[in-house]
Amino acid sequence: MMMKYTDQHEWIRIEGDTGTIGITEYAAHQLGDVVFTELPSLGKVMAQGSEAAVVESVKAASEIYAPVSGEVIEINKALEGQPDLINTDPVGAGWFFKIKISNFAELDKLMEESAYEAFIGTSH
Amino acid sequence: MRYLAHTAASRKALLDSIGISSVDELFVDVPAQARLTKLLDLPLHQNEWEVERAFQSLAANTRQAGAGPFFIGAGAYRHHIPAAVDHLIQRGEFLTSYTPYQPEISQGTLQYLFEFQTQVALLAGMEVANASMYDGATATVEAVMMANRVTGRRKALLSNNVHPHYQGVIQTYARFCGFSEEKWEETPLLDDQVSCVVVQYPNFYGEIEDFRNLAANCQSKGILLIVVVTEIIALGLLMSPGEMGADIVVAEGQSLGCGLNFGGPTVGLFATREKYMRQMPGRVVGQTVDCDGKRGWVLTLSAREQHIRREKATSNICTNSGLCALAFTIHLTLLGEVGLQRLAKLNHQKAMVLATELSKISGVKLLNKTFFNEFTIQLPIPAETAVNELAQQGILGGVPVSRLLPNHRPNDLLIAVTETVTEIDLQRLILTLDTMCKGL
Repeated sequence: MMMKYTDQHEWIRIEGDTGTIGITEYAAHQLGDVVFTELPSLGKVMAQGSEAAVVESVKAASEIYAPVSGEVIEINKALEGQPDLINTDPVGAGWFFKIKISNFAELDKLMEESAYEAFIGTSH
Repeated sequence: MRYLAHTAASRKALLDSIGISSVDELFVDVPAQARLTKLLDLPLHQNEWEVERAFQSLAANTRQAGAGPFFIGAGAYRHHIPAAVDHLIQRGEFLTSYTPYQPEISQGTLQYLFEFQTQVALLAGMEVANASMYDGATATVEAVMMANRVTGRRKALLSNNVHPHYQGVIQTYARFCGFSEEKWEETPLLDDQVSCVVVQYPNFYGEIEDFRNLAANCQSKGILLIVVVTEIIALGLLMSPGEMGADIVVAEGQSLGCGLNFGGPTVGLFATREKYMRQMPGRVVGQTVDCDGKRGWVLTLSAREQHIRREKATSNICTNSGLCALAFTIHLTLLGEVGLQRLAKLNHQKAMVLATELSKISGVKLLNKTFFNEFTIQLPIPAETAVNELAQQGILGGVPVSRLLPNHRPNDLLIAVTETVTEIDLQRLILTLDTMCKGL
């Protein structure tokens, strides 16, 4: 299992060829109280960097981008009734969707945790 | 001193930045014959009383709707607006900025908009409504675009019985917003490309169609049924569009609170089911409590809107018809539920009397099986001729269908009857038409 991060504040947890995707604690804090998520449909094939989902807070609506290419194999249905999971447990129960990763080479473009920590340190 | 902010240099800088060479180029979409090629031929300047007199004499040439028998409808209706409406809309409590982004100074505006939404949702038989659109036609096209977003499809099927102007507005948007529209007469072809079916209730000809089967068919195919209402008073008597199975209900609210206003401004109504709420265009006011637990109102679900979501917003509309919506709400509040029902009955009864009497005239045929306060008759003479002759007698007798649909049968006349029509008005129209048709 490994975690990678994007400069759009998504995380992806890689287990075998499955990638679980969510937003970081930093992003969830910036958004404020999340009230709604619009998740992709099962079977949707997405390219790295394409718009995958929408997260809406009391302040703003933001796009979630696919960290790597793949096909959606599962979505987090719990978010429908409890969007606040994204605020309370962004890296755990607040995940958005899972994909079957189609191109592992794309992972190389993403950041390790230490690099991401440094990145948000500079983006304040 | 002239208060013009722009200099030739600043204008040139603006034009350069969008890559055109003259202001006139901005107007190329307007047909050439409609563009001014030289300045209007106006007198240079006059003093205030001279201007007043000039305009009074111009106004004297215009026949006012209230000056005699009036049977014109076709999407805009002459109803009595209680004098209290005009008085109340001018009260200071409502004089907050028309965009109530700051709830702490806009509680008056927010509260009436919340009431307005509640009334619209109840009339439509829907779960949610927005704080109003510009008018019925733009509300309808917004409904089509919302259905496209909800379904991920891009083909709208319009009933032929939808008001021609509304169809025209949908066609204009279709050209620039990447969706297609097709007409249908008997039954729509519901394939998997179709996002929505648009129908009117009562329809343009005044007929009241039962959409329950159509709604069920649409639902089974994931297609949204959009029901358009141009005469909102009809909902005081008819089964609500929501009960019929509509997914989105849009309407022209002009009949309540607004006069004819030379055709505008009016107020568009928009209501839908809760599950589609986040795809709904426009503003929404919500009721909440402040930090002391006191009831108050705020704009809510704003994240869908243009000022936050930019080009991904559900719609370009960042406003609403505030003043007309206020007048609508006050008028409907003064009527109350029972009052609206009685008003609707009165409209229908008067229309029944007229339709029955006109049917007795030799050569005149009532084309409707059902109607509310507007119906279509076939005359033995061209409707345009009849309407012009009636006007000579001081009677504004209706709208020839061919005026809006040039290829339509020339003898069809659309006649609207509201509570403002008197017994004498009815008699005058009946007798004059009878004489006209006898003289053939």
